[in-house]
Amino acid sequence: MKISLKKPVLAIGPLHPLQEEMEFFQLTVDGEIVTDIDVRIGYNHRGIEKISETLQFDQVPYLISRICGICSASHPLAFVQAVEELAGITPPDRARYVRTIINELERIHSHVLWVGLAGHFIGYDTVFMWAWKYREPILDILEKITGNRNNYGNVKVGGCREDIDDSIIGEMLKELDKIEKKMNMLTKAVLDDPILQARLKGVGILTKQDAIRYAVTGPTARGSGVDIDVRRDDPYAAYGELDWKVITQPEGDVFAKAVVRLLELFESIKIVRQALKKLPGGPIAVEVKQIPAGEATGHTEAPRGETFHYVRSDGGNRPVRHKVRAPSYVNVPSFKASCIGTNISDVTITLAAVDPCYSCTERLAVIGGSKVTYDGKELLRLSRGKTEQLKKQLGFKEGFKFE
Amino acid sequence: MSFWKKFGLKKSPWVFHVNTGACNNCDIEIVDCLTPRFDVERFGVKLVGSPRHADALLVTGGVTAQALPRLQEVYRQAAKPCVVFAIGACACDSGIFMPGYHMAGPVDKVIKEIDPNAIIAYVPGCPPKPEAMISGIVTALKAL
Amino acid sequence: MDYEQLKEKINTISDMLIKVEQTLPKRLYLLCESENAYKVSKFLFEDLKARFVTTTGIDSDDCYEIIYHFAYDQLSTFINIKTFIRDRNKPQIESIAPFIPGAEWIEREIHDTFGIEFNNHPNMRRLILADDWPDGKCPLKKDYEFKKLR
Repeated sequence: MKISLKKPVLAIGPLHPLQEEMEFFQLTVDGEIVTDIDVRIGYNHRGIEKISETLQFDQVPYLISRICGICSASHPLAFVQAVEELAGITPPDRARYVRTIINELERIHSHVLWVGLAGHFIGYDTVFMWAWKYREPILDILEKITGNRNNYGNVKVGGCREDIDDSIIGEMLKELDKIEKKMNMLTKAVLDDPILQARLKGVGILTKQDAIRYAVTGPTARGSGVDIDVRRDDPYAAYGELDWKVITQPEGDVFAKAVVRLLELFESIKIVRQALKKLPGGPIAVEVKQIPAGEATGHTEAPRGETFHYVRSDGGNRPVRHKVRAPSYVNVPSFKASCIGTNISDVTITLAAVDPCYSCTERLAVIGGSKVTYDGKELLRLSRGKTEQLKKQLGFKEGFKFE
Repeated sequence: MSFWKKFGLKKSPWVFHVNTGACNNCDIEIVDCLTPRFDVERFGVKLVGSPRHADALLVTGGVTAQALPRLQEVYRQAAKPCVVFAIGACACDSGIFMPGYHMAGPVDKVIKEIDPNAIIAYVPGCPPKPEAMISGIVTALKAL
Repeated sequence: MDYEQLKEKINTISDMLIKVEQTLPKRLYLLCESENAYKVSKFLFEDLKARFVTTTGIDSDDCYEIIYHFAYDQLSTFINIKTFIRDRNKPQIESIAPFIPGAEWIEREIHDTFGIEFNNHPNMRRLILADDWPDGKCPLKKDYEFKKLR
């Protein structure tokens, strides 16, 4: 890889876990303005597509739920839908509802996680601690249903592995009410905050044209005014039978993406509540005899966007080819459109806006020419310094600071 | 190890987190340990931004071919004595990704290539719960 | 637009296609030779306004297959362009990244894992394999020797 020595290059990474890939960003900067961005991935490449070809159809869901720990319900669901399409199986009603509930709970915990991290990046550690505290009850519910806090491993070809016990539904509904109250408070605290508005509005804009050209999905696309949502466009599981709406925002900046995610939380809570109340009886899985030869595609709406799986079978018990497209794979290249022209202090939050993963801040290093001039702490300080500056401009008094 | 070195290592260990190819599951559980429900910062366990400040490395994920030199470099930079925690099934033995073409091996093998006397502790689980991680760290430090 | 109109639109480019397959009500496969893949994808992306999803490379016995997946959300349909690269020794195809920047990464990945050349690609460097990975060793090809299981 060639690094131009004429212009300062700002390196973010390489130990930088973004979604399922660790990444290495090189920002070419002119003064404080970013003029080019280059991404190198592969640090986290484990060769899942090849391993998948050696496993049997009912073993593959366990492998691909480990593609990403946070999307560990949507990846297996997309694969299972592709295989069910291939074999012509319709899962029983109860299984469809259980799948919906687990996927929506996953979306809630993922979005809350993002809100916390976004707060952390711009120096609002209170938001970080709050959000992560309120995320715990959701993980508790998931643990009650599936037996694990993450990596649920609950879907299998033909239905679900574990049923939801009818006796805990009342408890779950009560817990959801509590969560909704807390989310209300969190949403108000985040969206009505004048400093956050000043800090996030107009930052890292991804226009609608760019969103389409870069083929972004999920909240990243919906925050740019592209009205797509697999749950509505190609209804799977039980989404077609429930009442909810797709949230879009036209602005395309970081604030719009935050609004989309926060409002989606309430839609997700609504979906889970309806699904729990409507939960039909009956079996949770049908028997699968054979997967015929052929090819099929399956897609689901993961918290970060559309997850796409393509499966080809030759009639044996293993897939011949299994292609996985995770949402961040198309969301991350859109940095090229949203980061160029922004200030360095805005880059961390712009990168975070597509919801990659946290912990990037610990591993940032700025290289000027060939020697390191700033480290990660310095960049975080720059980002937080801007927030402080805005506070002063808006006439806020210096309160106590979390360090 | 001398008494003072051991004392310095065991009291309020500062940790550095390295992701060498994990699925983010162990990583969010590590951050979970720092947030209000578990809050290990009460005991002086702090996530630091540089391996040079760290007493312990928390390594998650089986090591991929691309991450291998980076992990070894991070271990070289870490102040010695230093404990390496292999967090999660993948870090302990590559887990479900063992047959992958891009995997270089489990964490202990990679670290022992450059330092045969490295102290390595294992916290298995997929992902290990925050309680398991805290208990693992306490047990390992007690055993030193 | 309903299904009939979509089919009519696709019929306007029928001279570039080998045939149109419909495996399921919502899954269309347009089969074409690799020379025409660029034009067909351009038609889908710019004229039909279909959403680009991803590209799949497959190592079949006698040829390489490249499948471009496009989603047509109004009709909740997947339109897949399936093309065949017959020349196994020097596989190459026209890149679609110049007009769909979202396809840049996946083409680099296919180049890494299958060794297929994408002509006119704006930035063809290694993407997902390690820096010290030997050139010309393509892990997703069928003849790649797989590590023995434990």
